[in-house]
Amino acid sequence: MSDNIYLPYLVTIEKITQEAPGVRTLRLKFNDEALARSFEFKAGQFGEYSAFGEGESTFCIASSPTRKGYIECTFREAGRVTSALAKLEEGQTMGFRGPYGNTFPLDEWRGKNLLFVAGGIALPPMRCVIWNALDTRGSFGDVSILYGAKTVADLVYKHELKEWDERPDVRLVTTVDPGGETPEWKGEVGFVPAVLEKMNPSAENTIAIVCGPPVMIKFTFPVLDKLGFAPENIYTTLENRMKCGVGKCGRCNVGDKYVCKDGPVFSRAQLEALPAEF
Amino acid sequence: MEQKYIPKSSLKAWLAKVKDGGKQIYAPVTEGGKTSFRRVKSVDDISMEHVQTAQSAKGVAFPRTEKLFSYAMQPGGVALQDYDSANIPHTVVFGLHPCDAAAFKPLSGIFGWDTGDKPFGERMQRVTLVSLSCSKCDELCFCTSVDGSPGSAVGSDILLTAVGSEGYLVEIVTDRGRALTEPHAALFEAAPDVNKEELLAHVPVRFSVGAVERSLAGAFESDVWKQQSARCLGCGACAFVCPACACFDIQENPKGSASGDRIRCWDSCGFSLFTLHTSGHNPRSVQSQRWRQRLLHKFSYMPRRLSVRGCTGCGRCSRACPVDMNLWEHLSELENLKN
Repeated sequence: MSDNIYLPYLVTIEKITQEAPGVRTLRLKFNDEALARSFEFKAGQFGEYSAFGEGESTFCIASSPTRKGYIECTFREAGRVTSALAKLEEGQTMGFRGPYGNTFPLDEWRGKNLLFVAGGIALPPMRCVIWNALDTRGSFGDVSILYGAKTVADLVYKHELKEWDERPDVRLVTTVDPGGETPEWKGEVGFVPAVLEKMNPSAENTIAIVCGPPVMIKFTFPVLDKLGFAPENIYTTLENRMKCGVGKCGRCNVGDKYVCKDGPVFSRAQLEALPAEF
Repeated sequence: MEQKYIPKSSLKAWLAKVKDGGKQIYAPVTEGGKTSFRRVKSVDDISMEHVQTAQSAKGVAFPRTEKLFSYAMQPGGVALQDYDSANIPHTVVFGLHPCDAAAFKPLSGIFGWDTGDKPFGERMQRVTLVSLSCSKCDELCFCTSVDGSPGSAVGSDILLTAVGSEGYLVEIVTDRGRALTEPHAALFEAAPDVNKEELLAHVPVRFSVGAVERSLAGAFESDVWKQQSARCLGCGACAFVCPACACFDIQENPKGSASGDRIRCWDSCGFSLFTLHTSGHNPRSVQSQRWRQRLLHKFSYMPRRLSVRGCTGCGRCSRACPVDMNLWEHLSELENLKN
């Protein structure tokens, strides 16, 4: 294995899932058989994904570490690299560097209830934790998931939402923004913070994991306050722009904390100690 | 520390022998009125009269652009060719001032912490620093305010100090330095009995760096950043001439559609695109936030995380700035900051 931290592993796209307009999931298998067997990561970590000829883009690993033999990433086609990644087909080769960053402290959460609150394209970093928890279901108490998107079409992982919905050991609430519903829509209509308030989850022995656009996070935190969640029991991920992923290129810091090394996972208590630079 | 003396008449002979021995010489060369570090073809091209070169010497270990690996599309996949250190030349950096030699410490701090960085590390292993004490300075120099001095040997393998106009005191600091002098011992003479301090430029202490760093600890929300950066163009020149700035971009350099290189190149926290998210969100959306990042990174974050300051007082940023922002004046303002 190379000691050059910038050299990606080669991976082959095993499966592409079109999740929503402009959003797809790639299932990636390491070309190196030994690496495919030995590769390990933990929930919350991220990587740098290469479209050779265009460059690298940063996403979380969206699959669970409990699912061995592959990794998945989910991204929205937005810029040059993501557009190039979206043009790749099953069987084609791309690059991956990682895993980087810290992790959700699942070990510390054993025996606790988990409340997931996600908006839009921010479900992928949480999906990794959700499956990790569900695959080790006995370690946790109640598992509740609130997921919202602008429109019904924008909801990602539709098959998995159905699966979670059908599981007796998961409470799933989905919502779309007002005007985003279809005639067949059976979920909630409303913004995530309002729906959360209506859900009224208990804060007792519960960890809240919140991922979403900044505006959703901004209005969700006060609701969690009202529900009695202490800042130490609320977790989120930061997604500052990165290039190297390993604490050198100088982009992703928030104060003296590097999102790539000290994050991307932060508790709300940790966020409150950081300057507003994210 | 071992001391010798080399007459001016022998200096070029020594460098020529070093060069003939297979090492490249990277030294100040004046071209078009601008003095910058270059790989010299002939030691006669070396310029030694400048106060400060336009560019620092950092490019010897952290080139402005550098290939990280190559890729080639092939039937059924992609082939990668890893970074190759075989062709990195052994290089003697000659004639850099103590501020530039000292700057390899913060660079090594950034590239070396945690995972290490092969391209930087491989180059540093092949570098010998033969520095030259400053016998003159200008009003923008402030090495003495950031724990340096015009005659500091910190970071150097050899330090030369001009003794009159006829020769140099030679301080051999490291084994790497000794390896450069011992084979050519005949060119060196016994060190003269001189007071080195008297041979050096006088760089006034402009501010108390301890007071500045204490002040910065609570300065994030201060209005001072807006005041100081109101005229900043965001051109990034300060970062490009800085011997200790290490921020970089990673880019693709395609050679046609079937192959190319992944490269890294110098970047600057002063650029508005530096932290811009694809979504349009930018955590440092205005110049005052970027100026704050520049100063806090160097004088607060790096000391805290890497135990090394990101500034050696060379003054290049102030010389290069098109709107005359003077770093030591701005730091002096911070010294007296009322948070």
